[in-house]
Formats: sequence, structure tokens, C-alpha cells
Amino acid sequence: MRNFLFVAIIATALAGCSTTPTTEAPVEDHGAAGVTAPGAETGGAQGGSVNGSATGGALGNELRNPNSILSKRSIYFDFDSFVVKDEFRPLVEAHARYLQQNRNARMTIQGNTDERGSREYNIALGQKRADAVKRMMVLLGAGDTQIETTSFGEERPKNPGHDESAWAENRRDDIVYAGE
Amino acid sequence: MIPLLRRWLAFAAVSLLPFGAPIAHAQLSIEIVGGAGTTIPIAIVPFDAEATYPLGITGIVGADLARSGLFRLVDTNGVVPRPARAQDVQFPVWRARNADAVVVGSMLPLPDGRVDVRFALVDVVKQVSLVSMAYTVTPQQFRVTAHKIADVIYERLTGDRGVFSTRIAYVTKQGPRFQLLVADADGFGPQSIVSSNEPLLSPRWSPDGSRLAYVSFENRKPVVYVQSLDTGARRAVANFRGSNSSPAWSPDGRKLAVTLTKDGGSQVYLMNPDGSDVTRVLTSQAIDTEAMFTPDGQSLVFTSDRGGTPQIYRASLLGGQVERLTFDGSYNVSPKPTPDGKGLVFVRRDGGRFEIAALDYATRQVQVLTQGPNDESPSVAPNGKMVIYASEGGGRGILAAISIDGRVKQRLVAPATEVREPAWGPFPRS
Repeated sequence: MRNFLFVAIIATALAGCSTTPTTEAPVEDHGAAGVTAPGAETGGAQGGSVNGSATGGALGNELRNPNSILSKRSIYFDFDSFVVKDEFRPLVEAHARYLQQNRNARMTIQGNTDERGSREYNIALGQKRADAVKRMMVLLGAGDTQIETTSFGEERPKNPGHDESAWAENRRDDIVYAGE
Repeated sequence: MIPLLRRWLAFAAVSLLPFGAPIAHAQLSIEIVGGAGTTIPIAIVPFDAEATYPLGITGIVGADLARSGLFRLVDTNGVVPRPARAQDVQFPVWRARNADAVVVGSMLPLPDGRVDVRFALVDVVKQVSLVSMAYTVTPQQFRVTAHKIADVIYERLTGDRGVFSTRIAYVTKQGPRFQLLVADADGFGPQSIVSSNEPLLSPRWSPDGSRLAYVSFENRKPVVYVQSLDTGARRAVANFRGSNSSPAWSPDGRKLAVTLTKDGGSQVYLMNPDGSDVTRVLTSQAIDTEAMFTPDGQSLVFTSDRGGTPQIYRASLLGGQVERLTFDGSYNVSPKPTPDGKGLVFVRRDGGRFEIAALDYATRQVQVLTQGPNDESPSVAPNGKMVIYASEGGGRGILAAISIDGRVKQRLVAPATEVREPAWGPFPRS
């Protein structure tokens, strides 16, 4: 219990300094894996990760401006649907425009599902949602290589509840820019 | 603990432990929640000199057999003298106690510290000794030996190979921490294989039991790893642009089927277990995922929404038609072929309930094995007789197991821990 508390406090501290672009958990991940796995190999197809390099100051302030639509990062979906609803069109268009105007910017769209059903199948469903938003952004002028689509499936719920209102919050795409 | 180290530990998002590291984890305890129609009454007599060892053998043998749901333990108290050899068994004594079979044995210490363990299985009805075996083992091997003895008894009396010497892999979530663990099939001796602050899922055993493939989100996206259980060494074998998930081993251990999105959409590929020689084997405009090899290694069964809803299909790796296998209902996923090659178990949605069911290829019959409401991730025991799966109990994730005929049901519970993603390991080597 004490350990759990400690972790929670650290997490809070991290959240408190989220404007600093260097507080990236993935960096810690890599380090920890290397240090604690003496026999581990880091071969294979490694290197495709978008989290490896932070663009740091290259990120426009617009992205962090709470008054800008670019600070809005979640697109919600109906049950069993991959259709981007009209209410999210302005958000998608704004991010597509940003990518078009900032050709060095890189984005990951992370698809998510609610908790119901197969975990593996939900990864594929989340991927389909992420792909749907990417397709729209590319049609609007974003570069294909600027956007990676991935999926968390049901593994990263925004709302941990088990009812329709929680599920509605969890059927979503999250937009994350490289360096954030 | 010094603050720095503590801080580092709090940050150590992924840590690997060589298999066998002596770390205690919340152990699964198994309870039978539904029994078979008929059980074999069996008396397991404490072995001669067993009481001189802190950890005995017959207690574990009895627990294994009872847990299978196919046996009922007969009280052995008060039988004097206690038989230790087959020829010592007095049949009327055991008939009076309604035992159909009796297990007797001895544990003789040897000068080098090892122990000569012998047992015999006696059929009380036919009044014959069915089998007798001897093992020379160290006291540290008592548990392994007990499982072997239980396997011999189980096979002799049921006709099916026992799975008491196998292992299971599963994922726990405790607070923010995910762990992939391997334990004996009775839940004993859980060992952490990898732990992470990001989700872990889909552990899959290599056919020889020496490696696990699994999906880790430690890089903030699904990546497929293969890890040796002997050395702890691991490798990201599928870390392409997009998502990488759903690993499955070919029966000869030479190939992995994986779902990749690198070329757009979730599609099934084959690769070597070191990540080389990636080739696409299925092409559709829809989701194709959850591929598993059939036991002959010549086909894949997989989940696809190519027909509008997720259904299970079979595709030959030698070419030819893709065949749809499930038709009833709008959600049939997670196919796991049975080792006899005659069918598969899968997850079906019935209304809002997710249930484990079994499909027979020849008859096209579907037998619903569980009632949900949230049962998923089935994994078939290597003898094809039990299915372990993820379920819910007391408001959290637990593991449960059900016999392939639906008659025997077990729950595997760890205190205060979410347990999920079970994978039943292969028969042990040799």
C-alpha cells in the first residue's frame, strides 16, 4: 500500500509539470528495460517508435493554448462505429491544417474502444477508428507520413466505469503530437 | 530503502526477471464450483515415511485429482496397518469405504540425500495393480513428482493425458502495475516474467514451452515481444509503424502469425520468431486478426469483419478459399483450435453477454460452455479437456476453467488482484 501511494504521488507530480516537454515516460521505459534485463536484446524491428525523438521547442504554442481548438485532442465515436461525427469535423480540420502548415510536425492518433468484447479484436477496432480520422486529415491536406495510427484497444479507458456513459467516453481517438 | 532507489523503482516501467527469480506473488487459489455427474472414488494412502518430510507428495496428488472434478477422495483414516505396496492392499477394507481405486507408496531416504519415491495404483473392483512407478528425486522435486504421479493416475483411470505438470501464463493488474506471470497449473509458484506500467496482453507459449510471445504497450503502442523463460532475454519481434498484436506460434515453433497495420488496416502476417522474413498471408479490406494455427499447421483460423460483423474464418496456408466457420449471432471472436484438430473454442456475444463456446467442424454444432456475462480470452489445455478463460467475480477480473463438455467448472482467484489473459502451456518437455 505504501508503494502504491508513492507511485501515485509521483504521478501527480508529473502531471503538475506537464508543460515541460521532457517529462516523457517512454524514455524512462526504455532505460528501465535496459537496466533491469541483463540478457535482453533490443533487436528486431525496433526503431519505428514515434516516442523516440522529441521535437521539443519545435511544437507550436497553439497546440497548448487552451483557447485554441488545437488543444482539443479527443474524437468520440458511437457504438460499433468508425464514422467521424459532424461535431468533430472542426477539430479534425484544424489539426489537418496545422500539419499542412507545419510539415515537420508528427502526430500519433491513438484509437480506443470500450471494454466490451475481445481485447485483441478491440485493438483492431481502435485501429480502424484511428485510421478513419487519419484518412480524413490526409484528404484535408495533411501528409501521410506525418501521422501514425496506433491502437490501445480497450486498455486505456478515460472513464473506468462499466456503464454506457463510461463506454461513450472510452470510444475515442486521442491525438498526441511527437514531443508531447 | 533510499529515496533515490525508491524513486527509480517507482519509475521502472518495465522490469524483467529471469525465470525462477525467488519473488513471492499473490498466488492463485483454485476452487471447484461445479462438479461432474460421476466421479471416480479414489483412496490416496499417505506414503510410508512421508510424514518425515515437511512437504509430502500425496496431499498434492489428491488435490490435483480432486481439482479435475473427475475424482472424489475417499477417507483413509483408521486403516491399520497402512498399506505401502500393491500386495498390501486389503480389497474388502476399501470396498467397504466405496473406493474404486487405491494409491499406495513409500518414500525411502537414500544416503546421498535423495529420496526413492514409489507408488502403485490398485483397482479395487478388478482387484489388480494397474501401474507402479519409482522416482529418485531430491526433496525439492517432490512437488514436480507429485504432479507426475497425478498425471499417471489420471491417464490410467480416464484414458486422457493429465495436465497437472503443465504451467499457465496470465496477466495481473494491481494498481497501475501490470505483470505477466507463469505458474504451475495448480496456481503454485507464480514467477514474474515481465512487469510494466503499461498494459501487457496475449501471452502465447511456444510449442516447446521455452518462450512466450506477448504484446506490450511499454512504447505507448502495441508491440510484439518474444521472451525466453530460461534466460529472461527478450526481443521486440514486431515493432512496425502502427499496431502490432495477436502473436500465435506455428505447431513446429518456426513461425509466428501476427496482426500488423503497417500496410494499412489490421492484417495477418507470418514471420520468423526473431522478427525476420515478414510475409503477408491474408489480404482483405476488412479487419483480420486473432489468427491461430490449426494443429496440423496448414491453416489459420482468425477473426474478420469482412462479412459486416466479426466472425471466425479458416484459411489454408496452401492457398484456396477462405471459409466462414461461424454464422449464429453478430459477434464470434477469439478462435482457439482444440488439439485434436476437430474444432475450436471461441467467444460469442449473446445479447449483451460474452460467453465461451465450442464449435465442432464436422457437425457445425456450437455448444455454449459458460454463461458470461464477461467471459473472454479462452485457452485450451494441451489434452483438450479443459478451457481456461478470463471471467469476473467479486467485481474484478478472475480466471476460470471449464471442461470441454461443460460439466466441471473451476475458479482461480488471487486476492486483491485483477487476473486476465490466461494461456495454458504445452505438455512439459520429456
